[in-house]
Order: sequence, then structure tokens, then C-alpha cells
Amino acid sequence: MLRFILQRLLLLPLLLFVFSVVVFLLVQAPPGDFLTSYLATLASSGSSVDQAQVDALTKQFGLDQPFHVQYIRWMEGLGRGDLGLSLEYQRPNMELIGERLLLTVLLALFAFVFTWVIAIPAGIYSATHQNSILDYVFTLLNYIGVATPNFMLALILMWVAFSSFGVSVTGLFSREYEQAPWSLARFIDLLQHIWLPMIILGIAGTARLMRVMRANLLDELNKPYVVAARARGLSEWRLVLKYPVRLAINPLVSTIGWYLPQLFSGSLIVATVMNLPNIGPMLLRALVQQDMYLAGSILLIYCFLTIIGTLISDILLAWLDPRIRMENA
Amino acid sequence: MNHATPLLSVHNLQVQFFMDEGIVQAVDGVSFDVFPRQVFGIVGESGCGKSVTMKAILQILEPPGRIVKGEILLNRNGSTIDLAKLNPNGKEMRDIRGAQIALIPQEPMSSFSPVHTVGDQIIEAIRLHQPVHARAARQIALEMFRDVGIPMPEQRLDEYAWQLSGGLRQRAMIAMALSCHPRLLIADEPTTAIDVTTQAQILRLLRKLQEEHHTAIIFITHDLGVIAQMADYVQVMYLGLVMEEGPVDAIFHAPKHPYTQALLRSIPSVHSTPRVNLPTISGSIPHPFNRPSGCPFHPRCPQFIAGKCDKHIPPLRSVGGVQAAACVLYHDVEVPR
Repeated sequence: MLRFILQRLLLLPLLLFVFSVVVFLLVQAPPGDFLTSYLATLASSGSSVDQAQVDALTKQFGLDQPFHVQYIRWMEGLGRGDLGLSLEYQRPNMELIGERLLLTVLLALFAFVFTWVIAIPAGIYSATHQNSILDYVFTLLNYIGVATPNFMLALILMWVAFSSFGVSVTGLFSREYEQAPWSLARFIDLLQHIWLPMIILGIAGTARLMRVMRANLLDELNKPYVVAARARGLSEWRLVLKYPVRLAINPLVSTIGWYLPQLFSGSLIVATVMNLPNIGPMLLRALVQQDMYLAGSILLIYCFLTIIGTLISDILLAWLDPRIRMENA
Repeated sequence: MNHATPLLSVHNLQVQFFMDEGIVQAVDGVSFDVFPRQVFGIVGESGCGKSVTMKAILQILEPPGRIVKGEILLNRNGSTIDLAKLNPNGKEMRDIRGAQIALIPQEPMSSFSPVHTVGDQIIEAIRLHQPVHARAARQIALEMFRDVGIPMPEQRLDEYAWQLSGGLRQRAMIAMALSCHPRLLIADEPTTAIDVTTQAQILRLLRKLQEEHHTAIIFITHDLGVIAQMADYVQVMYLGLVMEEGPVDAIFHAPKHPYTQALLRSIPSVHSTPRVNLPTISGSIPHPFNRPSGCPFHPRCPQFIAGKCDKHIPPLRSVGGVQAAACVLYHDVEVPR
């Protein structure tokens, strides 16, 4: 097992190198660069910049250099732990990402907890009460949950909230707390706002997880080891929780590692629609503005977390299931 | 032995499965008594209702199966209790399962959870019915493992079922079943999933333990050879009905019902003529939704009497003293006008 983890860790730099090239290629792929889109924005607002200024900026950012030189410059910075400077904000990317990281992670954690707290008990109920009325209700809700795009749900809920209650439910803070330093009052204000994005972000995942939990558990419920446990006089709910649920949930728990990149990404479209101050909208803006070092940094961190998350999933699975653990030993 | 009080008496047990396609009569009025220290064999082809009978006794029938009629009387310290009337998930029934009546299941392979150690599950069974702490329960489990002849019991207890061989797994199952000293053991085809040599060892072990612990056993199997070796008294089932019953010697040496006779003819014997096909029972078991009228065996019966066998279900009646058969050949039923 230890050898397996070490092997995977040794592979990490190679994978990151491949990903960094791909990410850089993709970010560079659209025609033009940051300055062309910057000038276009300026021109549309009526102001103009003279050619000398443009040339100076081009030189400063190295935008006139060939692709590989730009890539190497970026890599050199990364090697020193420097994610580079954002072209648009003229500030270090590290700072920009750092500012939004806490809220991004908080929101994702809330959505994650919501998903599991609702989906697992409901899935267990559905499987143990198969074809009951509540099972059918859950099934119907599941289909709706999976089939509705979450940005759509966000728009509908925002419209309902605004048209019937006259409140705006965008953002994560009331206006007075938006720029305020952290305090208990600000945290309470956050809690008052975070539940709606939490539900919107969590609903599709909840529906999917509930379906998988139900299906997995139904597969396990008629296994001979359940009959044997029942025959030795175990009470029904203790039996269900100890044996079939444990086996049904194993493959699901092992997917927890995959939430790691999601914690960081901050659901791009929903966050943009709801004007949430997390990393999602920042990535979108960086891509549109061709702020290539900022976009590249976010994407690269995302790749890194995906690799680590997969590794965590594998370790979790081995830890939970002795059949896998012992096979590797 | 027949003068003693039966440990378990089943009266007119009927189990039905309520399916979307209709009702399946899985057990249709089965009655029997099991006496202390007796090995009671139930034999029949797959689908005859023998496993369903076992599940009904333990009240672990899965929906859509349900006991619709009958009594399952368990004698407990002189008083009798009707298991069929108890709530299947109630405390009273759960205290009987595992403690008074224990099960040795069919598939030792999958009857242990693959992610819990064997010891974990046996200790759980012990602690459910005996007021002991974890450490004491482990000692009991260890002793049981030694009793059933598992080598290196200390180590085996902490292993997973899939790390044990088929024979060891079944021994572990037997250890678990006996760990709470049940008075009745239900062995549901305990040897079908293991190879013949191991099978013989397991049967010998069961016999030995049964004598040591004074347990009664209901032994369910489709294997007549195993029944001959194990049982004192045998009941032959077909499509949820009892065809014939009697002491093991009578059933094997003087079978009365054509079905029992046909079953015994189809066993290979060292005395039979070589290079001759074994006789088989013609036809196959009818579909549960398409039960034949009258005696369920009549479409396959070599001694079928038209107008009689297909009209009436003959009741089980005494034939030749010790055994009973349900067949018109021995007691004519009157055709109603």
C-alpha cells in the first residue's frame, strides 16, 4: 500500500508538467492576447491609448516573445512558488486567489455536507422501503433534481425571491458586510445568505447520490450475509446500518476525494449568475479578458487538486475495504 | 421418542408470495413435529418450499412472502409459544432467533460480511443473547472455533471470510450457530456449496456436535444420500406439499409414494447395472403460477389414474404403520358428485 502511494506521488511532477503545457496551450489558444482585448474594451468605452504605450506594455509582459519563452518564464515563476502577476488587476495572482479561497471552500463544504446529510438517509429509506409512497416521492424529486440545470434553478429562485418577497438573494453578504473585516456579525450574515447557493449547488449532487445509494443498497439487501445476520437475532435497523449500508456506501465514500477540486473551483456558472464572490467568476473573467497567467494558475491548481483527490479516493477505498487493502499488501 | 413433547410443532403452515403476477402458494399446509435430539430431514427438489418453511419458522421471510395460516409452536421450558403470531421484528422473536433456533445457511461463502472479520460477527451473535463483555465473548468464540476443529483459532477469528477455505467457512458458520447453545438448529443445505470430501467431514462434525450439545436439527437438503446419513425422520416435499414422511429406514427401504420411489430410483448405486441410463423423473417441476390440479405430482407420475389424481389433493395418511403418504394408491378418495 505504501509503495503504491509512493509510486503515485513520484508520478505527480510528470503529470503536472503535462497538464501545465496543456493548460498553457489552451489559455493561449484564442486569437489575440490580453492587450488586444484590453484595447478593445477601452475603444468601446470611447477612450484610446497611443501606440507607444501599447508597445511598452507588450514588452513589459513579454507578450511579443514566442510561445515557449513565455511558457518557460511562467514555469520559472512557478518553480519559485510565484504564480505570476495578473495582467488585468496588476496584482500577484496568489493574492487574488487567496482572497476568494476561504469563501469558495466554505460554500463548497456547505454544499457537500448538505448533499451527504440529505442523500444518504433518504437513499437508505428509499431502498429499505422500496416502492413505498415516500420512495416514489424521492424518485420523482430525484429526476427533477438531476434534470434541472443548476444555473436555471438559481435564476428561478432568484426571480421568485425578488418578485414575491422583494429581496435580492445574490451574493454571500449584505451590502454593509461585503467589505467588512471578519467578525461574528459578518459570519452570521454569511450564514443567512449561504443556504440558497448551498441548496442550488447541492441539489443535483444530492439527487444523483441518493439514486446511487438506493441502487447500491438494494443490491446488498438480499445478500445471504443479511439473512444470516437476521437469523442470529439482530434488530432490523442495526443490521441494515452495520452490514448492507456499510457495503453500499464504500464506493461512495471513496469518491469523496473527487470533491477536492470542486472545493476550489466554485461552480462557475451558478456563481456568476448569483454574483458569488468565489473563484468561479474570477476564472471566467480571466478567461474572457485573456488574463492568461491568472487563468493558467487557477486551472493548474485545479489539475493538481484533481490528482491529489484521486489519490485520496484510492487510499480511502483501500482503508474501507479489506478486500482491496489486503490485495495490495 | 414419540411419547416425548415435541420441541417444535408446525401445524398446517401456509406461506404465500404475493407477486404482481398473482399469488404463489409456496408452502401449502405442512405439519410436522421435531422432538428433542432428533434430526428431522426435509428433502425435495429446488422450489418445493423447503427453504421457505425454514424461513417461516425463523420469521425471516422476505416480502412479498407471508405466513397466511398455521401455527409454529415452540416448546420453551414447558410452555408453548406460537412463533407465527409474533411480530417478525419484535424483541421476543429476535430473542428466539439465534438463541433458541439457530441457522446454518446454505452459502457459507457469502453468509459472512466481506468487510467484517469472522470474529466480529460471531462475537456479535454471542453478545446479542448472552450478557457478557467483549473479551468474554471472544473467549467463547475461541472455544467454539476449537470445538468445530478450526486450526489456529486465535488467528482465524481476526480474518475475513474470504480468507478462509470453504470448509473452514462452514465450520465457522456452525461455530456461530452453536455459540448460543440453541435447542434447535436449522441446517439449510449446509453442504451443497462445498466439495465432497469436506462435505463428509462437515456432516460428521454436525453429527458429533449434535450429540454433544443435545441439539435437535432440521436438516434441509435435496441430496438423498446426505439425508440417509444424517436424519432420523424424513419428510418428502413437492410443490409446497408433503408427499410422504416416516422414519429414515422406512422411507429408504420401503418408499410408498410414487414420487419418493422415483427419486430413489434416480440415485446411482453400486449395485446397478453398468452402462445403463439412470432412470429419471419425466417432465419438469411445474411453474408456480401453473400448478396442476389435484395431486401436484400427477403430470409426472408413472402411476397416474385419470379422473382421480387430477381431481383431488390426497391428504397425508398413515400407510403401513410407521410412515404416511399422500397418494390415492393407498387410500382412495371419494370423487364428489
